Parts: sequence; structure tokens; C-alpha cells
Amino acid sequence: MDNLASLRDEVLEAVNAATTVAELDDVRVAALGKKGRITGMMKELGSLDPDARRERGQALNVVKDELAAALDARRQGLEDAQLNARLIAESADVTLPARPDAQGMIHPISQTMDEVIAIFAQMGFAVAEGPEIEDDFHNFTALNIPPEHPARQMHDTFYLPPQQDGSRYVLRTHTSPVQIRTMQGQQPPIRIVAPGRTYRCDSDMTHTPMFHQIEGLVIDKSTNFGHLKGCLIEFIETFFEVSNVPVRFRPSFFPFTEPSAEVDIGCSRKNGELHIGAGDGWLEILGCGMVHPNVLTACGLDPNEYQGFAFGMGIERIAMLKYGIPDLRTFFDADLRWLKHYGFLPLDLPTVTGGLSR
Amino acid sequence: MKFTLSWLKDYLDTDASVDRLAEAMTALGLEVEGVEDPTATLKDFIVADVLECVDHPDSDHLHVLKVATGTETIQVVCGAPNARTGLKGILARPGVAMPDGMVIKKGKIRGVESQGMMCSFRELGLGEDHAGIVDLDSAAAAGTPVTEILSLDPVFDISITPNRADCLGVRGIARDLAAKGVGTFKDPAVAPVKGAFKSPVGVRLDFAATTAKACPLFVGRYVKGVNNGPSPQWLQDRLTAVGLRPISALVDVTNYLTIGRARPLHVFDADKLTGDVVVRFAKDGETVVALDGKTYTLDSGMVGICDAAGVQSIGGVMGGEPTGCGDATVNVFVESALFDPIAVARAGRALQVDSDARYRFERGVDPASAIDGMEIATALILEICGGEASELVIAGAVPAAPAEIAFRPAKVKTTGGLHVETAEMVAILDRLGCSVKVESEVLRVTPPTWRGDITGEHDLVEEVLRVVGYDNVPATPMSRLPMPKVVLTDAQRRRGWMRRALASRGITEAVTFSFMDSRNAGAFGWSDPMLKVDNPISSELDVMRPSVLPNLIAAASRNLARGIADVALFEIGPQFDGPNPGEQRLVAAGIRTGKTGPRHWGQPPRAVDVFDAKADALAALEAVGAPVATAQVNRNAPSWYHPGQSGTITLGRTVIAQFGTLHPAAVKKLGLKGRAVGFEVFLDAIPAPKKKPTRARPLLKVSPYPAVERDFAFVVDAGVTADKLIRAISGADKSLVQSVSVFDVFEGDSVGAGKKSVALSVTLQAMDRTLKDDEIEAVAQAIVAAALQASGGMLRA
Repeated sequence: MDNLASLRDEVLEAVNAATTVAELDDVRVAALGKKGRITGMMKELGSLDPDARRERGQALNVVKDELAAALDARRQGLEDAQLNARLIAESADVTLPARPDAQGMIHPISQTMDEVIAIFAQMGFAVAEGPEIEDDFHNFTALNIPPEHPARQMHDTFYLPPQQDGSRYVLRTHTSPVQIRTMQGQQPPIRIVAPGRTYRCDSDMTHTPMFHQIEGLVIDKSTNFGHLKGCLIEFIETFFEVSNVPVRFRPSFFPFTEPSAEVDIGCSRKNGELHIGAGDGWLEILGCGMVHPNVLTACGLDPNEYQGFAFGMGIERIAMLKYGIPDLRTFFDADLRWLKHYGFLPLDLPTVTGGLSR
Repeated sequence: MKFTLSWLKDYLDTDASVDRLAEAMTALGLEVEGVEDPTATLKDFIVADVLECVDHPDSDHLHVLKVATGTETIQVVCGAPNARTGLKGILARPGVAMPDGMVIKKGKIRGVESQGMMCSFRELGLGEDHAGIVDLDSAAAAGTPVTEILSLDPVFDISITPNRADCLGVRGIARDLAAKGVGTFKDPAVAPVKGAFKSPVGVRLDFAATTAKACPLFVGRYVKGVNNGPSPQWLQDRLTAVGLRPISALVDVTNYLTIGRARPLHVFDADKLTGDVVVRFAKDGETVVALDGKTYTLDSGMVGICDAAGVQSIGGVMGGEPTGCGDATVNVFVESALFDPIAVARAGRALQVDSDARYRFERGVDPASAIDGMEIATALILEICGGEASELVIAGAVPAAPAEIAFRPAKVKTTGGLHVETAEMVAILDRLGCSVKVESEVLRVTPPTWRGDITGEHDLVEEVLRVVGYDNVPATPMSRLPMPKVVLTDAQRRRGWMRRALASRGITEAVTFSFMDSRNAGAFGWSDPMLKVDNPISSELDVMRPSVLPNLIAAASRNLARGIADVALFEIGPQFDGPNPGEQRLVAAGIRTGKTGPRHWGQPPRAVDVFDAKADALAALEAVGAPVATAQVNRNAPSWYHPGQSGTITLGRTVIAQFGTLHPAAVKKLGLKGRAVGFEVFLDAIPAPKKKPTRARPLLKVSPYPAVERDFAFVVDAGVTADKLIRAISGADKSLVQSVSVFDVFEGDSVGAGKKSVALSVTLQAMDRTLKDDEIEAVAQAIVAAALQASGGMLRA
């Protein structure tokens, strides 16, 4: 018995003395391995008589279990220490800057168009498009703007060179030609918005030779001026994300609508900062009206049967108002500093139900 | 259009406040752009008596005044030369804002305290008088607000839409306001001036029947023995207030009628006319020196008012200097005529003359106003200048009155959305000057002569709606489906996906102009002169762009100049292939310059290269579901790409994208220093996706058996494309080869001149079993055989 006890003490001492997992493994093999000393003692049990064998066997098992447990515990301790040492060695300066990801941005014009489309889509408007080089008929004549009409002076038009027959194409001065193409191409009921590039020969602080408009057109047998008001008031409140924006419809003149109106929204300008929806100032944001009978006729629709409204607004203008962008000309400069500041994250897809903007 | 309140009240009997009038005008469509109301800006200024005026102890021109304000006596330092004891002036006390915005404060002037400011008329915003402080000739007590003793006249500035020629005169504005119920229109009958003799100057209209509308009516009158000079103060004040310079009584009278009644007139010095007046088209090249002193060369589309000596006045545009009136004028010939709006507009544009007459004639002067205008002008001339008037000389005739319009009152409700009682409509139309015959279902409306813009029923709907007020139309929601439908077309949805996919890759969206500089456009495929803009805004923007890239290159260059070297920009917009409507293509184009990112401790950046552009193009295509797997990459990109580092992505013969390093010469032309890579994706060329009845996806098929990876390296001629090897290997066993990738390309001495080594990794996997070694070996041999056959190379040892 004494040699078992001393063996036990000896092994336990070796277990505690082991400083690496490899040393500990050597201790384990020497004691409990196939040729280990405890294993050897187990093998000797066969030579004992049954009573002594039982007694000796029980004693051996107690020691064997005790040693196994001590080995496991020591192993766990050594492994923990080893891991800790590794982790300490691996420590990094986490204040170092992370690896950079390039973040692209969406241009405010695109984002604003998506917002506007999301709102009108809820009201059942499809999105129509048309060419930017237009003929005189679609850009002027069909819109009840005959040659020499004073209204043509309101558009400073870009012209392409004369054709052989003397006619000249124009860069469309508004998105209204899309109204004409839509009415020529489809039977009412019609509900469309037409966003796109437009061109006027004008360049100063508040004008760029190219800008964007969105046109709206509703044609059916019953839509009236009250619907025009309802539609646009809903749009304005939703777009600006301000409830109860004061909206004013002011009689105006466009050759292609009658009655015509310009729409102003209430705002304040305190300390040079523009606030929409409050105050006693007014800001014009769009033009609209009931489609002129001459326009319907030009598109082959009977004005005694069909009626409806049209509206048009500048995308940059409403973007500037909503997002506080001060200068129109900066929209087309592609200055990355500006684009990063005023642009939108690509995953911010505007929806009416999910929110148009953050 | 500017006018004063008192001028308005000549034609409108009203007690309405300035604010109420302004609000009503805007509601009528006469948009008020500004009101200068001195009664508002001067409300805090008071009358003050100078009790004592002594010299300033420390100045040779300043005075120290004791001023009574009605409640106290204060001390004011004043530099006006006319300051004196006993003067009754106008005082601004501390805290009062001057019309220019400056706020008066107590202060010390050369050591003497000043508790306010005595004001000049100019300082009060009342004219230009700044010779001294206001010296009132008034019994008003000190402390009386100046608004109670000065006749202050608010000035309205309104913007008139092109259809409302009638409101280019104060009288028309008054009529509109009266129609809305803001006062009563004052319209006394015009008393004719009796002619004392027959005009020695005759008038003849010399037009063919087809062109007679150029000047259908000319009313003339000779006035002899006038005494021209400055016009009376009231008339000068009127004109000054609206921004016109008083010139002489004869000229001021014509301006007074122009502004007051939208009735332009002209006065000739009759002694400078040679013979009778003939109104005719000018001959090409005829010249006239106009009242602005400039010589104009006319053409045969312009109407000239001529005498035996030639053209003396440009009809409806501007009178001539040689026959104009001056101080010495004794006998005059007054013209009140009617001109064709289109001819006047054309002449005015061609000659680049902006005049009050042109402005009114090109929008349409009331055809019936010629005689009334003449009578009023004559009466004023006789009153101011004396003299004796001839009988009228009338050539031509007043054009026919406007046609009657059948107006269904129900239309106001069905198109205007507003219920208005028929009786009210009749009253409104009547106040606007229409004559209305009431029938059971329809009103027979004859518009007044001054409303040439009212031609149909829709115009009358607008008149009723406008006068009742758009604000009174109830806003009605649009009818709509309970659940919105998808409204975007496939093409529109793809554009959105592509835009957001590109931005997600770190490229920022730009919007640049659709035009560019023709001097650079040739390098990007432009040749058609019909795509040049005839009247460009500048020579740098004179041709429709043949590609989106050049404007992005220029944008990159601008950013570089601002210190941003690593530019990544894209734009989705049109390029113009031809000058006809529709000959434009929607393109997503992008550019990258510099490095892949900033210098960084853990991730060194590298220079951008052709494969960044290729990745962008492929990502854009994949974002919209283009069949990228079956697309071919070829080496035939256009000339603005580097010939060796560029490619096209095609489906059959259709190029759906092109990419590459941009040609250094093209980039340099646009001012960009350094290397740029770019791509163009042609959205319209990508085939539409197949329409699917449901959104169910095909069943996922994955093998439960292990995949095996094997590497191969081949030495091939440098010209053999990687694509060739990949296709050969993929085809070697279509059921087992799952994927092929290139993981190394190497050229160098060890593989021999003109050769390269391409190393590929091949993944093998079967759907129905674990591959055994001999199977793998057999596939590997097939792969090698196929690769060697396709490439003509050899297996690398």
C-alpha cells in the first residue's frame, strides 16, 4: 500500500510541476499510459487472490481516478494560461482606424425624383418618359403655343440646326411634351407623371441651361379643379413631411391650361433660414391647371368628353427647399464634397409607408 | 407693372386697406411682387418743432437743436444747412428704423449728445430731396404722426401674365378688383373734344387686304399752338412714383395714358412732318433714328409710320427722334393707333427694343380704346399746353367685336369643381365688362373688347373661378385603388436598381449637362453637325454629348483640382446618337481615377485599373439581372478607350457594356492628369427579363457529396485569353466541373519569351456520389487535354 501512496504523491507532485501541456502529457503517459506505472500495477492484480485483488483493485481505482482528475484540472489550467498568454501577445491597438470602405452616394435629383414618384405612385400615377430632343409640335404647337405667341418668349429655347425643310428641333423646354405623347399614345383614363431633363437658354445665379422637371397629367371624364387641389395638397404635405403646410392656389397663365394656377407654400425666412410650413411668407413651387381644350384637341381627344389637369414643377427647386440646398448651380458640378454632403445613402430607398427620408 | 394707390383710386372707389387690396390682386391672378407702403415704414416718425438752433461748439457746420416732440424737449445734433429756430420738421426718435433699415440710436456727435435725427425727404424714402431737412409748411402740432399730414402714396408692383393685356393699365386692374367686390369701378364716359378745324395732316393706311391687320386703325389729330414744357407736379409725381422720368408735358401725357389705361400714344411735332402720314411696311434697309437716339434698320415685316421723307416712327415700338417733340414744339400730330401684336413682337425682338408701347401692343391693346385714348389725351394737352384741336382723322376701322360665347354655367361645377349660383356668375361677368344674355341652360356671353384672351367657354369658367377665388374651391382627394399597383416599368425599375447598386460599390452619382464642348466631342464619337446646338449658352456647351464619359472626365479633373485624387463617379443619363427625337440612349457610365482608397496602415491601396472598371460594369449588369454568364467579353471597345486595356461585353452582336482604361489622349484633352478607368452600360440594350407567372424560384439543387478542388497550370502563348482556357475546362466535363477560377497569371523568363503561365483552380463535384480517385484522375486528364487543345500550350511542370 505504501508504494501506491508514495506513487500517488509522486505523480501528483509531477502533475503540479508540469509547466506545459507537453510535460503534463509525459506525466500522464508515465502514470496512466499503456506502459504507465499505475497501468502496470493494474496488470499485476491478476496474480493476487480474489479478496486481495478486490481490495487492491479498489485502492488502485481510487488513485487512478484521483490522478486522472488532477491531470485534467492541471491541463485545463495550463491551457487557460497558454490561451491567456496568446491573447496578451495578440493584443492590437484598437484605436487604429478601421479599414476604409468607399461609400457612394445618390444624387439629390435622383433621390427627389424617387420621392416624388413614390408619392404619386400611391395615387395611381404611372411614370412616362419622352425624348429630350423634341419637335416644334410636341414642345409648342400641341401645347397651344402657336408661333409668335408671347408665351414663347417665356421659354428661351435651345435650337438644333435647321432641317432641309427649314424646321428645327428643340431641346425640350419643359416635360410637357410627354403629356402630348402620352395622350397620343393611349386612351384615357390617364394618370402619369413624367420626370426628366429640360433645357432653357439661361445661365445665372438661379438658372442653369439644364434642369429637371416632373410633369403630371390626369385625363378622364370627371376630374376637376377640386381634384387638382386635393392631389397637389396631398403631394405637398407628403413630400415636405410637414403636416398642415399652408398651400395657396393663385390664378396664373399657361397656354396649355385653363384655368391655370401657380401654387405657393407657406414658409418663414428668419435669420436667413427657410422654414416650410410656418410663417407669413409664400414660396412658389409649381404651376398647374385644367388641360386646355386646344391641347386635348391637338392630341385627338374630344374636349367635350374628356377633361383633366396637368402640373409641372422643378425637381431641383423642391429639393433645394426640402433639403436646404442653397445654390442651384452646384447640382451639376459633380463636386464630390457636395455630393457626399447633400447626397443620399444608396439603401435609403424612399417609400411612402417606410418614410421618404430620414 | 407699377402704380400707386391714388392712381388706382382714380378708377376704383374703395376703402380697402393696402393689405386687402394686395391680397385681392394676388387672388385675382395679378401677383403682387411688392408693395412699398410709406404709411407703414413711416408710422413712427413724428412732427417736431425746432425751439432753438445754435452752432455746435466743435464743428463749423453742425447745429445743436432743442426739439419739441409734443411730450418732451430733446437735444438733436443736425448738419442740415437749413436748420433754424422755428422750423417744423420730421423727427426719428431712438429705436425708430429708417426706410433703409438703419435704427436710430442715442449717441454723441463730436462730444454733444444727440437724442434723435431730423430727416430729409430722401432719408424718409420720399423722393430725392436731400438739400436739407424737411421744412414743413403745416399747422400740425409737434408729436403728430407724419402719416397724418403727408400725402403718402403706397406703390404696388405686380406681375401681369401675358394674357392680361388689359391689366397693363391701372384702369384694368381697378376693374378686376371691382369684379371681386373690392370697391366700385369708376368709369365716367369720355367726353369728346370738339374739333375746331380739319387736320392739315392726313393719314393713309397702305396695306394689301391680306396684311391689313398689321395696322387696322389709325386715329390722328392735329393740335396747333401748344406750349410744351414741364408737366404739372401731380403728373410728374405719378410718373416718378412708378419709375418713369418726366420729360415734357406732351410726352408725359402719352405715358400717363399708357400706364393709366394701357393705351400707348405717340405725339409728332407736326412741323417736322413732311406731308401726310402713311402707315406701311418698311422697305428692307430703311432706317430711322428712334427716341432712344439709336439708328434702327428696318425690314419689310415692320410697320413704319411714314411721311414723304421716309419712316418717322416704328409702329407700336418706338417713335422717331427727328419728328419728336421738344420745348420749341408748337403744332403736334397725335397718333392713337392699333398694331398687330405678332408684327410688333417680331419687330421689337428683331430690333431689340423694349418699350412700354411694344410691351402693350404685343400683348394686345384694346382695339376699341383708340378714340377714347385720343380724346383723353387731347383734353389733357389742351389743359396743360393750351392750343386748339382739329377734328379726328380716322384711317381704317375698329376691328369687329369679339364673338359671342355659349357658356354652360354647369361647367363651373364640372370642370371648376365649385358650385356658383348662375346669378352670381352673371354679375361677375357683367362687372368684368362682358355682356350676358341669360337663357335656360346657357349664358350667351360677349366678352369686352379689351379681353382678347377670352375666346371660349373654358376662359369664362376661369373668370368665374378666379373672381370667386380659387381658395373657395373645395379640395377633393383623387379616387384611388385600395391597394396601390406597381407603376414602374421594368426599364424604370432596372434604372433604380443599377443606380443604387453602383452607389453601393462606392461610386457616387453625378448629374452633368447633356451638352459638351464640340472641340472635345469628336474624340468620343461625335461627327453629326445636326447635333450642335444653334444657340449654345457657351462654346463649352455647344453639342449634344455623344457619350456620358467626357463630362465625367471633366468632373474628375475639377475634383482633382480641389485636391481629391481618388475620384469614383457615375451618371445615368442620355447620350445622343442622332438629332431626331428618340435618337438618344440611356447609359450608365462611370469613372475611377487614382487609387482604390486612401493610404492606410492595414490595407495599402493600389492604382485603379481596367479590372475595376470591368467589375463595375459587371456589377451594374448583374444588378439588373442581365445574363452575364452567357455574355462575351471582346476586345473591340471604341477609340476613347486604351486599345490594349479595354473590352466590350456583348450578347450575340449586341454590345451591352464597354469598359477599360480610358485613352490617355482623350483624358488629357479634357484636362485630366493621370490615369482614369471607366465603363459605359447601355441600359436599353439589355434584354427584358422573361415574364414569369409567379415569383417562385427554381428549386435549390445542391449536392450532399463533397467537392474536390484541383489546381492546373498551363504555359500558353501570351496572346491566348484566359477566357479560352476557362471555357475549355468548363466544357471538359459539364456534369462534374462546377466552377473554374484563375488564381495566378505569370509572365517571365522562367516561362519563356512571349509565353505566360496561367494557373486555374477547378472545383469538381457530382450530384449523386462521392467522387473516387480514379474518376477524379480521369476528369483531370480530360481537363488538361481540353485546355491544351484549346490553347496550344503545355502543362506547366
